[in-house]
Amino acid sequence: MLRNGAHLFILLVLVIGIQLLTRLTGTQFYLTQLTMAAYYSLVVIGLSVLMGYAGQISIGHAGFFAIGGYIAASLTTHNLLAFQDNAVIKMLSGLGLLSSGQDLYGGRLLVVTPWAACMTAIFVAAVIALVLGVPVLKLKGHYLAMATLGFGTIIYRLVLASDYFGEADGISEVPGFTLFPSFAGLGPLMVSGDFSHRVENYYIAWALLIVGLALLLNLTDSRAGRALRAIHGSEEAAEAMGIDTSRFKLNVFVLSAVYAALAGVFLTHYNGGIGPSEAGIMKSVRYLALVAVGGMANLWGTLIMGVILTFLSLRGIFGSYDDAVFGAILILVMLFAPDGVLSLKLKIMGTK
Amino acid sequence: MTFDLFFQYLFAGVTYGIIYAIVAIGFNIIYNTTGIINFAQGEFVMLGGMIAVSLLEWMPLPLAIAGAVLITMVIGAFIEMVFIRWLDNPSILRMVIITIGISILIREAALHVWGESIRSLPYFYGNEITSIQVGSVRFSPQVLWVIGVCGIVVVSLSLFFKVTALGREMRACSANRTAAILCGINTRNMVTFSFMLSAGIGALAGCVMSPITYTQYDIGTGLAIKGFTVAILGGLGNSMAAVAAGLILGVIEAFSISVVPLAFKDAISIGILLMILFVRPYGIFGSNEAASLKEF
Repeated sequence: MLRNGAHLFILLVLVIGIQLLTRLTGTQFYLTQLTMAAYYSLVVIGLSVLMGYAGQISIGHAGFFAIGGYIAASLTTHNLLAFQDNAVIKMLSGLGLLSSGQDLYGGRLLVVTPWAACMTAIFVAAVIALVLGVPVLKLKGHYLAMATLGFGTIIYRLVLASDYFGEADGISEVPGFTLFPSFAGLGPLMVSGDFSHRVENYYIAWALLIVGLALLLNLTDSRAGRALRAIHGSEEAAEAMGIDTSRFKLNVFVLSAVYAALAGVFLTHYNGGIGPSEAGIMKSVRYLALVAVGGMANLWGTLIMGVILTFLSLRGIFGSYDDAVFGAILILVMLFAPDGVLSLKLKIMGTK
Repeated sequence: MTFDLFFQYLFAGVTYGIIYAIVAIGFNIIYNTTGIINFAQGEFVMLGGMIAVSLLEWMPLPLAIAGAVLITMVIGAFIEMVFIRWLDNPSILRMVIITIGISILIREAALHVWGESIRSLPYFYGNEITSIQVGSVRFSPQVLWVIGVCGIVVVSLSLFFKVTALGREMRACSANRTAAILCGINTRNMVTFSFMLSAGIGALAGCVMSPITYTQYDIGTGLAIKGFTVAILGGLGNSMAAVAAGLILGVIEAFSISVVPLAFKDAISIGILLMILFVRPYGIFGSNEAASLKEF
C-alpha cells in the first residue's frame, strides 16, 4: 500500500513537472494530446483489471466508451424547448437538472445539465454492463471474445443508424462541463476544449486518471484482487476455494464499463463532440492492444504504455499506419512477450 | 406481403445464407484441427475477392478466380507458419488476440494496396440485369453460381475428410492430437494445411459473392461475425449443419429488412448470435454433452 502511495506520488510529480516543462519550453500544445491520452488510459486501466486480473477478454469496450460519450453529448445538445410543457420535462426543470441558454443563432436552448447527463450516462452504462454481463460472462475464450465483439458492433451500428445520435456525423457543439462553479475569485472549473482552459483540463484529466488508478490499485491489492487473480488462474479452483466467481467477474465487468463510460463523458466534453468512430471495433482492439502491451495484469505498465502510445498516436507519429501499428503491437507482444514489454524492467524494480 | 415479394426475400436470404455458410465452414476447418477460432477468416474472404479483381486485368475470369484462391491459400499457409506454428500450447486468450492482430494487419495492408474504393467482379454469366424467371419470380443467375459452388465445396470437403488419407489425418488430429502424433502424423503440417484449406475456401466465397455484395477492404469483420454466428448456430465443427444454419440466418436477415430499417440488419444477426450464445452455445444441432468435453 505504501509502495503504491509512493509510486502515485512520483506520478503526480511527473504530471506537474511535465506541465511546467511545457510552459518553460513553450510547447503547451502537447498538453492537448496528453489530456486526451489520460482519458483513453482511463478506459485502458479499467479494461486491464477485467482482462489481466479477472482473465475475461472484452473486444467491446469502445461500446461502453461510446455509450458514455453519446449520452452525455446528446442530452446536453438536444433542445428540449419543444417539450417544455411536458410534465416530465417540467419536473426535471424543477429539480434543476435542466439549463437554458442560447444557441449560436441566439435562439433559446433548453438542455440537460452536464452533471445530470454525466450521471445518466454512467448509470446507463452500468445497467447495460450488468444486463449484458450476466449471460456474457458465462462464456469463455472465443465465445466471450465474439460476444463482446458483437456487442461493440451493435453499439456502432446503432449510433451510425440513429438520427438522434447524428448518424455518420456524430454530435458536435457539446458544451463544456462545469465541474465547480466560480468560487472565491477562482474561475469555474470546466471540462472544455477551449484554449483558455487547457492547463486546468490537463490537471482535471490527470487527477481523474490518478484517482481512478489509486482505486484500482487498492482493489487489486485487496481480498477482491486476490480472488480475481484466482479466477484468472483457474475458475474451477477459485470456485472450489469458495469464491463467488460469477459475482466477482460481473462486478469487475461493470466497473470497467463505468471507467470507459466516464472517460467517454469527459473526453466528449473536452473535444466538444463525438463521432461513430469512437464506437468502432478498431478502438476496442486498440484498448486491447494497450492492455496487452502493458502486461495484462499490470496496472502501472498498462498506464505507462497506454499514455505513451496513445500520445504518439494522437500526435500522428504513425501516420496512415496508425491502426496497423496497433495490430502489429498486438501480435508482437502476444508472440514474444505475453507478460508485456515492461514486465522485465518492473520486475527488477520490484513492483511486479 | 405478396407471394412474389416473399420469394424475392427468400432468394436474397438463401444467397446470403450460403455465403455465410461458406465462411462458417472456413472457421470449422481450422477449429477442427487446432481448437482455435481464426478471427482473420473474414479477411481471407476479402482477399479472395480483391485479388481476383486485380488478376482480372491480365487473365480471364476463371483463371483469375483460381489464381486468387491459390494466392490466398499461400497467404494462409504463410500466416500459420509465421505466427502460429512455433507456439507451444498457447492459451486461447493469446490465440484470439493474435488472430485479431493478424486480421488488422491484413485489412490495413489491403487498404494500402487497394485503397478504400469498392470493387466487384463481373457477373459470371450475363450482367446485373440478367435474370432467370421462374413463374413470376425473378432472380439473378449469380444466385445459382453461389448455390452451386457451395454445394460443390460441401460435398468435396466431406468426401475429402472421409476418403483421402490427408483428410483422415486431419480428422485424427482434431479427435486427439496426442494420439495422432503417436500414429506418426505430422500434426503441425496438418494445422498449416487446415489454414491453407480454410483460406482457399474463404477466397472462393469472396469470389462468388463479389458480383452481388461487392468487395471492400473492411468487409472482413462483418463477414467473420456472421460466419461465426452460423458456425455456432450449427454447432462448432459441423460443416453440414453450418449450411442449414447459414440458410436460417440468411433468411431471417432478409425478412428482417421488411420490418426494420436496413441499417439495423447487422444488429439483428448479432442479436441472434448473442441469444444463441446465451441459450445454446453448443448450437441448435449440437449436443450439450459433446460440447462440455470441448475446451472453449
